[in-house]
This record gives sequence, structure tokens and C-alpha cells, in this order.
Amino acid sequence: MTHVLDPGALSGAIPTVRAPLAPYDDVTRTAAAFRAFLHGLPGVDQVGAEARVATLGTRSIKTTSKAWAIDTAISMVDLTTLEGADTPGRVRSLAAKARQPDPSDPTTPQVAAVCVYGDLAGVAREALGDSGIHVAAVATAFPSGRASRAVKIADVQDAVANGADEIDMVIDRGAFLGGRYLDVYEEVVAVKEACSRPDGGAPAHLKVILETGELVTLDNVRRASWIAMLAGGDFIKTSTGKVNPAATLPVSLVMLEAVRDFRAATGRQVGFKPAGGIRTTKDAIKHLVLINETVGADWLDPDWFRFGASGLLGDLLLQRQKLRTGHYSGPDYVTVD
Amino acid sequence: MFEYAPAPESRSIVDIAPSYGLFVDGEFVDGTGESFKTVNPATEEVLTEVSAASAADVDRAVRAARRAFEKTWGPMRPADRSKYLFRIARLLQERAREFAVLESLDNGKPIRESRDIDVPLAAAHFFYHAGWADKLEHAGLGSNPRPLGVAGQVIPWNFPLLMLAWKVAPALATGNTVVLKPAETTPLTALLFAEVCRQADLPPGVVNIVTGAGETGRAVVEHDDVDKVAFTGSTEVGRSIARSVAGTVKLLTLELGGKAANIVFDDAPIDQAVEGIVQGIFFNQGHVCCAGSRLLVQESIHDEVIASLQRRIGTLRVGDPLDKNTDIGAINSAEQLARIRELSDIGEAEGAQRWQPACDLPERGYWFPPTVFTGVSPAHRIARDEVFGPVLSVLTFRTPDEAVAKANNTTYGLSAGIWSEKGSRILKIADQLRAGVVWANTFNKFDPTSPFGGYKQSGYGREGGRHGLAAYLKGADQ
Repeated sequence: MTHVLDPGALSGAIPTVRAPLAPYDDVTRTAAAFRAFLHGLPGVDQVGAEARVATLGTRSIKTTSKAWAIDTAISMVDLTTLEGADTPGRVRSLAAKARQPDPSDPTTPQVAAVCVYGDLAGVAREALGDSGIHVAAVATAFPSGRASRAVKIADVQDAVANGADEIDMVIDRGAFLGGRYLDVYEEVVAVKEACSRPDGGAPAHLKVILETGELVTLDNVRRASWIAMLAGGDFIKTSTGKVNPAATLPVSLVMLEAVRDFRAATGRQVGFKPAGGIRTTKDAIKHLVLINETVGADWLDPDWFRFGASGLLGDLLLQRQKLRTGHYSGPDYVTVD
Repeated sequence: MFEYAPAPESRSIVDIAPSYGLFVDGEFVDGTGESFKTVNPATEEVLTEVSAASAADVDRAVRAARRAFEKTWGPMRPADRSKYLFRIARLLQERAREFAVLESLDNGKPIRESRDIDVPLAAAHFFYHAGWADKLEHAGLGSNPRPLGVAGQVIPWNFPLLMLAWKVAPALATGNTVVLKPAETTPLTALLFAEVCRQADLPPGVVNIVTGAGETGRAVVEHDDVDKVAFTGSTEVGRSIARSVAGTVKLLTLELGGKAANIVFDDAPIDQAVEGIVQGIFFNQGHVCCAGSRLLVQESIHDEVIASLQRRIGTLRVGDPLDKNTDIGAINSAEQLARIRELSDIGEAEGAQRWQPACDLPERGYWFPPTVFTGVSPAHRIARDEVFGPVLSVLTFRTPDEAVAKANNTTYGLSAGIWSEKGSRILKIADQLRAGVVWANTFNKFDPTSPFGGYKQSGYGREGGRHGLAAYLKGADQ
């Protein structure tokens, strides 16, 4: 299948990344070299990062720019349901909402993707049909990632076979916090390979979840971002949504700086997806401002930026109706998931 | 592309009268000097006319302050003085938006800064000093600290309300009365503050505000019945004040110019250091005496830091000070703009490389784009003279010793910044820097509890904190 949202995406003919891109092609030669490289990345001052996002949080986005931001944000939503209680019926209902977020206004843009567990990827695939909306599936023993690599790879292959366009994997935080960075790297490389399709179709896009709430420090967030990008991740993603805190603005700032610096050094652009904790239009707009003033307009596109959220879409729709009609409607005027 | 629609703060909250008088003995009165106009530097629109105080007006103000010191404020129970200061602090908070808009109109600074920094900090200074007013004998400044009497205070145009707060709050908390002269180009928030004094029922004469230019300031400073002179402004004027005060019994605090070094080591958190460099020199259009106007960057990371810095400067939003998304506002006056232009031209003539981002500046008003000079030598004038504008001079160093030597190689000594992830290095370097304030992994952070002041030609005496109280008390160790 072709990537409707990303015509420039890697085609199946291009092999997946094994050694990191130049000029970093030798940093994974040994565990010690990799560790030295990651610890040689510039540190992050937490207080300074918090101050920066606080200042950007005061940007006042009104009228036409607010309308643009709301529509852009809707088009970047990965509409998500990741519950043990998920059923085919629920996934179909979510898919319907993804295609037509606001039945009262057909000019409302579609969301970017529907994000489900791997076993329901086929249901989502069928429900979304030719809408162009991607199916994203979480895999690799999501959310904890505590399984053998063989199990994780099988999990990914299963989701890909079920028709997932995008795989949201979790890194091995235990390995990361234990200092086994090369293990984390190799696992991402292996998962990336498992994203390819046996029939030679375009491989699934790989989003690498760092679970920043468990990495805790911003230095760790920067290092984990680099591991994921060097290993060939197409997106880096903050969180599973199952751990608090999830996508905070300082974490997003540091990850955006990472994708910016990585492209400057290697020429390869990596996407960014904050997930968890983004519930309001205000939160979403703060993220768009953060992108705009950290990495620039190149990332203001669903190909390069996504919101992982379940509740966010409802508030975006409410605010959109408010801008259109001049008054607030209420929760009964937007559809439930 | 994400374009931000204009988000102007409404001016309707401020009510600017067609003319203003002086505030003497609790009343607004006309000055007898020639009145002058104050303009909005972003548009060159005349905002209003303000009376200039003559020597006779200043004399009346000083006599009112003396009477208040002897009859009401001096004898008042310290706890009651404290109540007035708390009341003023609360009124500043209640009328914060009014003060912020007026400050941005008269000064040209972005509303984001007047709203989030100037006004809240001014209120914080009153709150902080209100707390001290009845605890002075526990400040470690002697068992019986007593007020000096009448303080003559002259403040600059870069932080009109905040500098007023830095001067008035400690003076009142320690039992003194004041005659304050705001800067000629930015008198309006001081006059609004006078209204707040009336609203707070502050006894007449405790705070007197005399507007005017240099002549008025001289009359305040040279008045025989002034016990204390406090000045913030240029080193040149500070020097002449020191001369005129010499041989009198007046105590003097001077907070003058600066040419601060912002030192970035190769182990610094680079992204935050770049933010700190921007905050250090472009905050308030660089009209900051403690601005980090000399960037000292370790040679090994020079190119990387300059590239990041230029990219970041490219995102700064220059324009309408009342727009909530503006980062850099207008230069305060035509005179200051001319000085910035002159020194920048000299920088280029002396061989430094000028870099400015592409940015559209408004046609009317006084504007200067954020500017970076690379290839600056310590011998260049842009490395030595205070520009007092959005102009950064970049120098390099190779070793910590060289960084310290270059940082200290200035006639000033107000502030400095150190960027490094190594705590031991920060402490060691801070110890070697001859500067009154040293920031570590941050810049231009202010707090009423922290003393502020300089070494060498940056002045003497401290403002803020316990140290700042000493400048307004007898029987206190200076």
C-alpha cells in the first residue's frame, strides 16, 4: 500500500537502517564506544528547559492562527484506544469518528491515524478502508516491553501482517537504565527490520516510544532519543500513556531538539509524537508553538508530527465549533468515542 | 507555516491625561520648569506633557519629605509602615495590567516582559520589604538601626517602575522618606505609582515624585537637606554625582553601567546556554545594565554555538511592544538609537563581523535589530564600551584561566554568567570573577531577596536583600 500522508516515505526497495547513518556510523562499534558517544551529547539543564517552555507557553494564538492550529492539530491526531476492554465494535466506532470527526461539519479534517493493539489492527484496517487514515498498532509487549526479543518481534510481525501502517514500539527501559544502551539500540534495529513486509510492500513506519516518565531525567530523554534515531526509528514518541508523567513540554522540547540536531548532522528527518497527558486545545497549541519555534515549519505536518491522544479530539472539536459559531456548545455536541 | 495573528493587549485600560504635574506632599502640582513631552518610542506618538521640576520645586519636595520624616513616617510604629508597604504591593498587583500597558507604551518594552517580569517583580520588592519593616533589629545590621532621613533618588529609563520599586521599597521600609526623579523619557509609571500612594493613603510627603531631565536630577542630588543619594544610570552621570556628594555627609549608592561576560564552557548545556545568551543580551532590547553583552565562548564549540545562536535569533519576534507575542520591542529614544548605531558602526570599522537576522522593522519609531558581532577582540570598543542595546560581542577563550582574565578585563564589574554542567568549575570561576552578581546556568534573574550591585565603575552599595537595607540605615555596617 502507498502512504497517503507521506508520499516521500521509504519504499520497500530501500533496505532498513542497520549501521547508523554517517557521520555516526561507527558509534555503535562497541558498547563502550556507544556509551561514550551518548554521554558526550550536551547535557540538558532542567531549569532552563522548563523556563523556555514556560515562556513559549505565553504565546497568544488567536483568530485565524487559532483556526489554523485547531485544524492542523486535528489532522495530526492519532486517535487512540488501548484498553484491555477494546472490542472490534469499539474500534469500528473509533474508525468512524476518525473519518468524520464532526458530523455537523464536513469541512472538519480527518485525523492522521487510529492507534490500537496489534490484534485489532485488521479490524481498524478494514473499517478505515481507503480513507487514507493510517492504522497504527502498538507492539513489542506494549506498554512494559517486558518480554523476550523473539516475542516482541513476533508481536510486530503479527501487527504488520494484520495491516498496520505504523508500529509503535516501546524501548527496553530496563536495559536503558541499566546502561545497556547497545541492547536498546539493537532491539530497535531488529524491530525496524520486522516492520518490512514479506511481499515487498512499503515497510510499516516505526515509532519508538521512550516512556520518558520512566527515564525521568532530560539527559536520559536526549540519549534515548538519539538511540532511537540512530537505530532507524521513523518517529520518536514520548510515552505509552500508561505512565505518569507522560508528554510534558520540557520533554517535548528536548526530543524536538534531538530530531532537529539529528537532521542537521545526518540529513535524515525523524518525526515526533508526544502522547499522553495532552487533553486540551490549549495543550495542543502549546505543542504546535513549541515545534514552530524549536524545529520550524518542516515538522508542522502529520508526516512528521502526531498527537497520541484519546480525549484531545473532543476538545479540539468543541473549540472548532466555538470559533465557527461564536459560542460554546457542550459535550453533547461532539460525539463520544 | 504557522503565522501568529496579531494579539495586541488593549490600551483602553490606561487613561493618559493630556498633561501631568509633580507629586509633592501628597498632591499633584504643576512644576515651574518648562514642561516636556514623553513619546511612545514604538510609534513616536506624543503620549502626554509632563511638568519639569525646577530647583524651587525640588526644594518644596525635599521640605515635604523632611516634614513627613519628622512628623509622620519617622515616628510611626514600624508595623504600621509595614502595612502601608503591603497595601502598595497589593495595589500594584491589582493594577498590574494598567502598569504593564503604560510601561510598554512609555518605554517600548514588550508587554510580555512588562507583564511577566517588571510589574510582578516591582510588587515582590514591596512585599519583601514590607516584611522587613518591623524586623530591622533582627537583620544583623546592629541592634538599633535607624533611618537616615530624606533619600534623593534618581532612576533610569530601562526599568522605570522596577527601578522605582528597588529604590522606594527599601527606603520606606527602613523609615526614610523619598524624593524620586524618574527618567525624562519614562515618567508615566512613576506618576501612576504616585496615584497608588494616594490610593494607599500613604501620608503626604513620604513619597514625592519630581519629573524632569538632568537639571532636576542635579537639584535632587545636590540639595543640602538630602541625607542619602541613590542613583542608577550611566557611569558618566554617576561619577559627577559622586563628585558633587563628596565632602558632604550624604551617603551614596551608585548602580552604574556594565559590560558583563557570559562565559560558555564546552561542557555547557548548549541549548539552554543559547537561551541564556539570548536572554542575557536581548532581554529588554539590551537596555539592561547587567546585560550579558560579551559572550565568551570556548573556542572548541564556537562554531556550533554561533550557528545555534543565529538560528535561535532568527525566531525572535521584533515589533509592536503591545503585541503579546513580541520578544523585542522598541529602542527607548532616538538618542539611544543613535548611540547603538554609532557603536555598531565602530565595531564594523574596527574589523568585527556584524550579523543581523532578516527582520522587518516598523517604519516609524526607534528600532534596532538583534545584532551579533563575531571576531571581536578585547581591544575593540564594542568589547569595552557599554552599548546598552541589542548588540552582542562574541569573544573566544581556550582555558578557564583565559576566560577569567578576559571576563575581568573591563572597567565594569556588575554581573557575569557561567555555563557549565560541572558544579566545581562553576564555584571556582565564580570566585575569581570580579562582578557583583554571578549567574550560573541562567542569566538576568532577579529576586528581591538577592543583593544587586557592582564592582569598579559599575558602582557601589547593594540593592535588595539584607545588604540593601544597610544602604538606608544608620548604625549599620555598610
